[in-house]
Amino acid sequence: MNEELKVSKIKNGTVIDHITAGMAPIVLRILGIGKGCSDTVIVAMNVKSHQIGLKDMVKVENRALAQETVKKIALVAPHATVNIIKDYKVAQKFKVELPSELIGVVRCPNRNCITNSGERVSSYFTVESKDPLALRCHYCEVLVDGASVDILL
Amino acid sequence: MQRVHTGWLGRDVISIRDFSREQIEELLRHAHQIRPDPELLRGRVMASLFFEPSTRTQLSFATAMQRLGGHVIGFSGVEGSSLAKGESLQDTAKVVEKYADIIVIRHPLEGSARLVADTVSLPVINAGDGANQHPTQTLTDLFTIQRFHGRLDDLKIGLVGDLKYGRTVHSLALAFTRFRKIELRLISPENLRMPPAILRELDGIVPYVETSELDLRDLDVVYVTRIQKERFPDIEEYEKVKGAYVIDLKACEQLRRDAILLHPLPRVDEITPDVDALPQAKYFEQTRNGVPVRMALLRLLLGA
Ligand SMILES: [Zn+2]
Repeated sequence: MNEELKVSKIKNGTVIDHITAGMAPIVLRILGIGKGCSDTVIVAMNVKSHQIGLKDMVKVENRALAQETVKKIALVAPHATVNIIKDYKVAQKFKVELPSELIGVVRCPNRNCITNSGERVSSYFTVESKDPLALRCHYCEVLVDGASVDILL
Repeated sequence: MQRVHTGWLGRDVISIRDFSREQIEELLRHAHQIRPDPELLRGRVMASLFFEPSTRTQLSFATAMQRLGGHVIGFSGVEGSSLAKGESLQDTAKVVEKYADIIVIRHPLEGSARLVADTVSLPVINAGDGANQHPTQTLTDLFTIQRFHGRLDDLKIGLVGDLKYGRTVHSLALAFTRFRKIELRLISPENLRMPPAILRELDGIVPYVETSELDLRDLDVVYVTRIQKERFPDIEEYEKVKGAYVIDLKACEQLRRDAILLHPLPRVDEITPDVDALPQAKYFEQTRNGVPVRMALLRLLLGA
């Protein structure tokens, strides 16, 4: 099965390709896919890839991704590509990119952080390192690494 | 007095991570020279917002401001502040901004001082935000070390006790990433070791060794922190560990003659009272040094 074939399987929607192997379930969680979702979703895990060895892939029918969602995916799957499918064709294709600051994207793991109190303030992380992933809370200065980032989404 | 070069005027003092070596050195230079002067900050107002009590820190800031002729307004404890009536921290800060030239804040939540600094245009000094930062303590520690050793490079420093939860030792270790030829000896019980996130910031910059043995030999600075009972699952384990890290006369036999023994105070029983008379015991002096450091800071931030 070649990539073209896989990508062309949905009529309209989004294909997220080159997801770090094993991360597809977390990407599904980011997309809010679960019970009650009626659109077609196709998940492939541990598929051979020329670029990254093994990869996961998620295809969702009738779905466009919000900017915030793309940032979240970049946190758990930094090499992912997003294909927007219209009428079985790839209408647009881009790589996810982690911005240098994440505002309101992930919550702070520190329960004693001001962003987890009643104050009206968004979470705010600066990306200290993309690979390996290291985020620091602008407020409480706690460091979050790649291994613990999925629980914050 | 020297001119201010390195961007202290009007800035916030929230975290030791925000400061370069040059900035730290400039502040300390001013702190060594500053003398009481009732004209310097005459008519200036410091708002002292202590959302949790810390008598020592509050007095130190108030004394510093008054010795330079400034006024202090504010509160200590949630009672008396409008926070008790449910006002947000940001609203409190915006109101206080109208009455003051500088804000000093202590708050139990981590990140609170940064939030206030982002909310108001006045300079803000963090006097402790939960377990996170207390930069004026660290600057005072550096001032004390510089005063006795004449340098902040080329030092062997022992950090002793609770290195896991001890805010002051994290901050001090980070401060030393700004200096050269520093060696750290991290002396703690197994369950209270320095957190990996802090060690990661030291990696490749400040060499360190971790040990559970109270080995104080050949150190220039011994910095002691309290081991708290709450950190242990059972009391027996606590008693056993606590005893191993008590600095008494016997332990001090290991100290070099020119070593200095520091502690952020208050101490409970981690340094025995008979040690106070030793020439190496400098913790009371360290506390007093908080005043000139804060005087210098207020002066630089307010551009007087
Ligand atoms: Zn935080």
